[in-house]
Amino acid sequence: MPFLFPQLPKGPHYGILGEFSTPADLYRACERVRDAGFTRWDAHSPFPVHGLEAAMGLRRSPLPWIVLGMGLLGAALGFGLQWWVHAVAYPLVISGKPYFAWPAFIPITFELGVLFGALGAVLGMLGLNRLPMLHHPLFRSSVFERVTDDAFFISIESWDPRFDPSATRTLLESLGARSVELVES
Amino acid sequence: MIPEHDRAALRPEQPTSAEATVGKATIPPGHPWNRIPVIGAVSALVGAVACAILGASNPKQFFFSWLVSFLFFLSLALGALFFVLIQYASQGGWGIVLRRIGETTFAMVPVMAVLFLPLLLGLHDLYSWSVPGAAEHDALLRWKSPYLNVPFFLIRAALYFGSWSLMAFLYYRGSRGQDVSGDPAVSVRLRRLAGPAIIVLALTQTFASVDWIVSLTPHWYSTMFGVYFFAGSFVAFIALLSVVAVAMRRAGLLDTIISAEHLHDIGKFLFAFTAFWAYIAFSQFLLVWYANLPEETIWYKARIEGSWLPVSLFLMAGHFGVPFFYLMGRTVKRNGVTLAIGGAWLLAMHFVDLYWQVMPTLHPEGLRPSALDVAALVAVGGCFVAAAGWLMRRQALVPLRDPRLAESLAFENV
Repeated sequence: MPFLFPQLPKGPHYGILGEFSTPADLYRACERVRDAGFTRWDAHSPFPVHGLEAAMGLRRSPLPWIVLGMGLLGAALGFGLQWWVHAVAYPLVISGKPYFAWPAFIPITFELGVLFGALGAVLGMLGLNRLPMLHHPLFRSSVFERVTDDAFFISIESWDPRFDPSATRTLLESLGARSVELVES
Repeated sequence: MIPEHDRAALRPEQPTSAEATVGKATIPPGHPWNRIPVIGAVSALVGAVACAILGASNPKQFFFSWLVSFLFFLSLALGALFFVLIQYASQGGWGIVLRRIGETTFAMVPVMAVLFLPLLLGLHDLYSWSVPGAAEHDALLRWKSPYLNVPFFLIRAALYFGSWSLMAFLYYRGSRGQDVSGDPAVSVRLRRLAGPAIIVLALTQTFASVDWIVSLTPHWYSTMFGVYFFAGSFVAFIALLSVVAVAMRRAGLLDTIISAEHLHDIGKFLFAFTAFWAYIAFSQFLLVWYANLPEETIWYKARIEGSWLPVSLFLMAGHFGVPFFYLMGRTVKRNGVTLAIGGAWLLAMHFVDLYWQVMPTLHPEGLRPSALDVAALVAVGGCFVAAAGWLMRRQALVPLRDPRLAESLAFENV
């Protein structure tokens, strides 16, 4: 099942991992890494840090458009199915209403719109995040275990065009990293 | 949760003291907004004179037009009361900087009580059940007469205005008192009161809508109407809030205090309750349409006949379809101008909604706009705006020393 594991370029190193002790340090370091022109990198924190996406220079997620598209698709399918069944395929008079009794179709149209929208949100989020993923090279680092507790990290991937094992290490250290380590693939 | 020192370090430009940021937060002397009470009072006078001249020859039209405008501004005040109550009940932090706008709006309840009085002169014109002898040859009205009779109607009206005024007084006085004392116990006391107050508001608002709108068609039944009126009133207040908040920012009031983050949350409320209004409005219609019982369908039948049908369709598209997609995106909600356009549009649609609820009783033959509609709107609106503007001059525009003010100032959407 290749999709459960990250599809990464081959190489001796996954990248470089810098550990920071406060969210403020992480925030400022992210701004500097962003300004240095890195593109293949990520920040890791035990909790959401407000404004970090701007400090990292992230673009807005396309997820809302996926949800809108799926929601409209679900609504159209829900309405279309009822119209086809009641007005075309098997017309029956139900409680004296016309075959095409659109007010009666609205609840199911609404429900299917919500259902497809919700599925679009969950599956779209998983897809965009490449989840589920059973293993990741960063888990080789024992320091990284503290990412769910009290430490803050920046990881820069080795295939970033600006990546250089020694220069990137110096950069992270100059930004106040408590520890910096090279992570193997 | 980021420790406080880290949070301050994250944004060094942000002053640590909320009181320092807010300052006095009043309308400065010489500011154009100081003229609002005068503008409102002149409008009220012009509107009242127009009502008197036009209404003398057509009193029935006057009472119906006045009822629509009265309900419009009353629903804004009740929506504001609900908005502030849920902020307290949920211990909401984000909306503290907007709360004084809500408090000013619900403080208009006593004004609305005075503006209700002209309707009492036209009770027989408005409500056919109130005409003496109406129930004699009508079994359904006879059955409803223990509820639908003039003395009980007046007692209930007094009860509604009494309970709304009491809540408005307690919450307004508490909040203004906290500006001076800075006592956090005020917030705790008002929070404890908020739950029961919401129940009282829900019941009184439901029965008031039945008394003043549903009983225009006294044979009609709808157990859902109270929620429908509530949904409309809350959308209308949030729409007003969006317009006022943006207008304040552009007028240089609270422009450093109300941020795009607050506008974003107002926009979310507006979007969500536009959908809620449509959900309730459609649910009421669907059950009536499907069951097809005569005493229920009469109300909708009057509204799908003649030129009322285009109004009904316009209401569906204008109060739900268009604003639903317009307000869906994030950019529209975070930009003051686009949000205020959506808010102003929904305020107008709320008026159309109330007009559509009330007027088919007077004009079953079709839509008949009248100059009195405008005159009554200007008269009632002028009183409302004058009183609200007068109050705004005399108070800080944000709760100065609410314990959650700092949280509200630093609020950000994740």
